[in-house]
Amino acid sequence: MHTWRQRIRPEQIRELSLIGLIVIALLIFGWQIENFLSARTFNRITSSVAIVGMVAIGQTLVVLTRNIDLSVGSIVGFTAYFVGSQLAANPGLPPVMAVVLAVLTGGTLGLVNGLIVAYGRVPAIITTLGTLAIYRMLLINYANARTITVDSLPSWVVELSRQTLFAIGDFAVRPLFAITIVAVIGFQFVLAYTVFGRRLYAIGSNPEAARFAGLPAQRTVLAAFVLCGMLAGMAGFLFLARFGNITAVAGQGIELESVAAVVVGGVNTFGGSGTVLGALLGAFLIDLLGQGLLRWLGISEFWRDALLGLLILLAVASDSVILGWLRRVWAAPALRAEVSNEG
Amino acid sequence: MKAKLRRLLSWEGLLLAILALVVVVNANLAPAYLSLNNQINLFQLSIEKIIVALVMAFIIINGEIDLSVASVMGLAACIVAVLFDRGVPMEVAIVAALLAGALCGAFNGFWVAYIGLPSLAVTLAGMIGFRGVARILIEDRSISGFPAWFTALGQQPLIGPFPFSLILFALLFTLALIVLQYSGVGRLVYVIGHNAAVARYSGIDVPRLKLGLFIASGFVAALAGVLLAARLGAVRGNTADGFELDIITMVLLGGVSIFGGTGNLAGVGLSILVILNLRNGMSLLNVTGNVQTGVVGMLLILSVLLPNLAQMARERWQRRAVQRKEVQAGVETSVSS
Repeated sequence: MHTWRQRIRPEQIRELSLIGLIVIALLIFGWQIENFLSARTFNRITSSVAIVGMVAIGQTLVVLTRNIDLSVGSIVGFTAYFVGSQLAANPGLPPVMAVVLAVLTGGTLGLVNGLIVAYGRVPAIITTLGTLAIYRMLLINYANARTITVDSLPSWVVELSRQTLFAIGDFAVRPLFAITIVAVIGFQFVLAYTVFGRRLYAIGSNPEAARFAGLPAQRTVLAAFVLCGMLAGMAGFLFLARFGNITAVAGQGIELESVAAVVVGGVNTFGGSGTVLGALLGAFLIDLLGQGLLRWLGISEFWRDALLGLLILLAVASDSVILGWLRRVWAAPALRAEVSNEG
Repeated sequence: MKAKLRRLLSWEGLLLAILALVVVVNANLAPAYLSLNNQINLFQLSIEKIIVALVMAFIIINGEIDLSVASVMGLAACIVAVLFDRGVPMEVAIVAALLAGALCGAFNGFWVAYIGLPSLAVTLAGMIGFRGVARILIEDRSISGFPAWFTALGQQPLIGPFPFSLILFALLFTLALIVLQYSGVGRLVYVIGHNAAVARYSGIDVPRLKLGLFIASGFVAALAGVLLAARLGAVRGNTADGFELDIITMVLLGGVSIFGGTGNLAGVGLSILVILNLRNGMSLLNVTGNVQTGVVGMLLILSVLLPNLAQMARERWQRRAVQRKEVQAGVETSVSS
């Protein structure tokens, strides 16, 4: 009788409702704003979602284990600057090596976070609040007030953000966005079907039970932080490719944007539930609302942060209130059946 | 109980030892360091942060966190500046800023206490949102030219060599000490932080106390923001940006557990002294602000990591001792049989 209830879990409604919200927002903005549904808007949103989305994948992995990584903005900035300066010094560096360098740099910084959190038993918020400042300090000392400029980089780097990989109608998909989409699909698969992915959920939803079940909690949390660092490193490379001009403040604030994307995307801050796809949709919705509302209401750029804060709060509140209500609705038939059986 | 007491004592002892080390090194680096003026100046440069740290101690002992304090400070400073800029009398502008701060706190507290959302997420939203409201108000302007009495309040000595904000801090510290350590409300803060469920079943109105603490946090942060505006004499959209790192570090380094329920104001007071003297010493050595912040970040991690490592080592040592005893007991039984 209630087969649809068995097929769809309340958690999955989250992603469907996000897609619904995105469609509604697109319809309203497209109707109200002239030329909103254009190749230009699409390009602007996908370019910025490419970077935030990549970081949000890593943030999802960490948040799933009931932790948080606030140092990702500093990792993005550090990697972007470091790889940029290496490319400026050795323009002959092959593209693959540049990417490997970025991922390894980010991974090393993530390893430090992970070791302190998993093996030093320091709460993630304290650790990464500290490393947020430390990594930024390293970058500022390394950069020494110099700037990486577009002209000093090999042309293939800058081309990455301008080329068209393939086009759907007028909408051109850039390599940067394609890389992030591939990563999202890959990690969606990892989370759903691999042992490592399921362990992340198990540890986040009940650390005590996971420990009693003999799951290697420390190793898994460490791996989540290392992966988060590697993905932030990759995002640093995308950042370099998109902007070209890198200063010591590069990537500042991305940690908040990634947390916002993850939270709006339905990943539970208490760990244990949420998906990478949700986080990407969250990043997309935030950017879409940011672009659209600013243009629709004719308000200035200064409104962005206030809207973002409100959006996060609404997402967390609806997560807690609506999901709790939905779970009760879902559980109701089972409860009724139990009561009637007893009677 | 006795063991806990000893551990707390040793933590404060450690802070005292670090403080002594920092003071000795600083005094050797610069003879002027120990002068009363430098000591007052050292407090004055971070006075807003240490005022907020007092109320942050309550929040963290209560088992919550408030990441939005720096944004509330910035918002209060912007409200004062913008209202003054539009011709509102300074006194009215200050009252409006303080009320706005309390309102921000009530907003955070409502979601945390009555809806049951995690304070980390709520105040993260507040941190972004309140800063956003400040930016809407002030945009990219920088407002200065406040009345002379207002800037004098932040910059000039009031009684003897002591400026107003330092006297206010002393009063607030005494008040916080009495409330937290010697009053019923203070005991409730600890009890709820230690185990909120038990507190609720004991008939304590947990939401009301949490709401009250968040309102106090918002109010005090706004007060600190107004003082910051008075001291700097100019307000911009990014005023007080990033202060939450220093404030939380002061509290956690003081031995307050991030999980709530333990810690005291003596430890927080000592850690404030350590951080202020350390920053002052680094300034004497011409260490830049970023490096100072990085060092504070390191201190924050170490303040939790070192006790953890010590405890892990102690546990391992105790396990070994137990095993050794068991082995010995085994040998004895085998000999006797």
